[in-house]
Amino acid sequence: MAASAVSAPARSRVRSRPVRRREILYSIAEHSLLIALALCFLAPFAFMFLTSLMTNHQALSTNLWPEPFQPQNYIQVFREAPIATYALNTLIYATLATLGLLISSVPAAYALGVMRWRGRAVVMVLVLIAMMLPEQVTIIPVYVIFSKLHLVGSVAPLIIPNWFGDAFSIFLLRQFFLTIPSEYADAARVDGAGELRVLTGVYLRLAKPAIAAVALFSFFACWNDFFGPLIYTGETPAHWTLSLGLAQFRTLHQVQWNLTMAATLLFMAPVILVFFAAQKVFIEGVTLTGVKG
Amino acid sequence: MSSEALVAARRGARRRSHWRRRRSVALLLTPWAIGFTVFFAYPLVASAYFSFTHYDLLSSQTWIGLENYEFLFHHDPQIWTAVQNTLWLIVFMVPSVVLFALGISLLMARARRGLGVMRTIFYLPALAPIVASTLGFVYLFNPATGPVNAILAKFGIEGPLWFNSPTLAKPTLVLLAMWAVGNTMIIFLAAVLDVPTSLLESAELDGAGPLRRFIHVTLPTISPVLLFAIVVGVIDALQYFTQAYVAASVAQGGQPGESVGALGYPQGSTLFYPVYLYEQAFTRFNMGYASAMSMVMLVVALALTLLILRNSRRWVYYQGDSR
Repeated sequence: MAASAVSAPARSRVRSRPVRRREILYSIAEHSLLIALALCFLAPFAFMFLTSLMTNHQALSTNLWPEPFQPQNYIQVFREAPIATYALNTLIYATLATLGLLISSVPAAYALGVMRWRGRAVVMVLVLIAMMLPEQVTIIPVYVIFSKLHLVGSVAPLIIPNWFGDAFSIFLLRQFFLTIPSEYADAARVDGAGELRVLTGVYLRLAKPAIAAVALFSFFACWNDFFGPLIYTGETPAHWTLSLGLAQFRTLHQVQWNLTMAATLLFMAPVILVFFAAQKVFIEGVTLTGVKG
Repeated sequence: MSSEALVAARRGARRRSHWRRRRSVALLLTPWAIGFTVFFAYPLVASAYFSFTHYDLLSSQTWIGLENYEFLFHHDPQIWTAVQNTLWLIVFMVPSVVLFALGISLLMARARRGLGVMRTIFYLPALAPIVASTLGFVYLFNPATGPVNAILAKFGIEGPLWFNSPTLAKPTLVLLAMWAVGNTMIIFLAAVLDVPTSLLESAELDGAGPLRRFIHVTLPTISPVLLFAIVVGVIDALQYFTQAYVAASVAQGGQPGESVGALGYPQGSTLFYPVYLYEQAFTRFNMGYASAMSMVMLVVALALTLLILRNSRRWVYYQGDSR
């Protein structure tokens, strides 16, 4: 082992010229492939944007470049559908759900990740099962509950469950809490702090990036959610969220692809803007989901 | 103070702190415990009960024994279409997406410059709301005037029907899934960048080429993340709904939810299990039958997860394990 470590620099220096040339060719091929793929990934956005600037007549032709440009489409969209109402419903749903999710999930994650008690492993398994099972397995009785409470037809059934802990968020926050050295908690406890003080005084501060990531994930998940709004508010257009309104937009306005694409891009824009503002939080959060527990 | 009194006092203090800790655990977990009971445990039991009844939400349940399961396994012609379509996703979509994500992340890990920009570009589509990206794809691949077929036409190729073709609707959905590969890609990229360079270098010194370095060094190191991606991929495939629902209703041009024919368009090729479950539960209000369907889904989800996790012991390598 020692011998090979010593000889390493010497060997790579005498690497033969054909090998180096092959490496350069490989590298060029890899970079071209990567750039080509990146262009393919951007192309859909570009075409959608171009179409959103076309006249309706032109959007129905095979022309790819708008002629003339019709940016008024982005104003017309608001006249065609009550987008402001949809946006308000979506914001109410996403904000209240995320708030409740944080208030209920952070303490649970703390109890599961930081404190030691008998039965902890069992509860963790229950959280994991709830996280892994498809939503459709439990949706019918949950729907029946909200139907009995006369809440179907509003966004309340979408918000309420979030106030009682979300398995995925609990799991993610616990993963992060596990990475915080227990000395922090112990030091605070020695100073006489109760668990609630340790959580609010020490862990909330240290876990800020993870909490921010969970909040962003939750907000985006609500923003994107389609199944929930479809079953609970499908019959009451006044309570539609953006995703539901957009899905119906194309069908209500038959073949107006230019307006549909303008609405689609308007729906994407906030998410993408938030992403650019908080990219680091996001990428770190996504990476955290893949860390083994 | 005698030593016995000291021990007793300590024990008392420990018991008090033990009790206090139990109380804080209970306090911290209360919201979750209520949620778990009301929105998970009870619905599981209720679903099992509903599955033996006829239930249309308006009148109360009537017990019909195994009739729902009897119909499900022996008489329902549509359910096998739904099962086959969902199986197709697990067999074709999950591997394509996982391999594609792995390929991109390997390429990116080797790129010397522009890693940040590339990562953003490949991640962006995953951020787009599913309804938005699906609508975008239905437009891009729309047979008559969509940009994809317009470009193919410039090369003299007559583009296929994509979302309007029973044989191509599912593969076109795979293309959509590959475009939205971002989350998996980021997790893989982090794992690939984490592979110790010392291991790769010593393998290279031992004369291992790029392929063997990948198989013997990179792959074992990232295998836990690969396993995670496959499990999540399979579970997502079981729940695959929004893309299919939106693509089918928009490509068909009808009002979604209004006509039953819209679901699974064209010709049932996108009638996935959750889409059919939705139709039974929320457009026909056959809550009993839909519950039976969800029970079958529960068993399959558990079985698949266990199967994957069990077989994984053979190929997943955790660092620090003695194998």
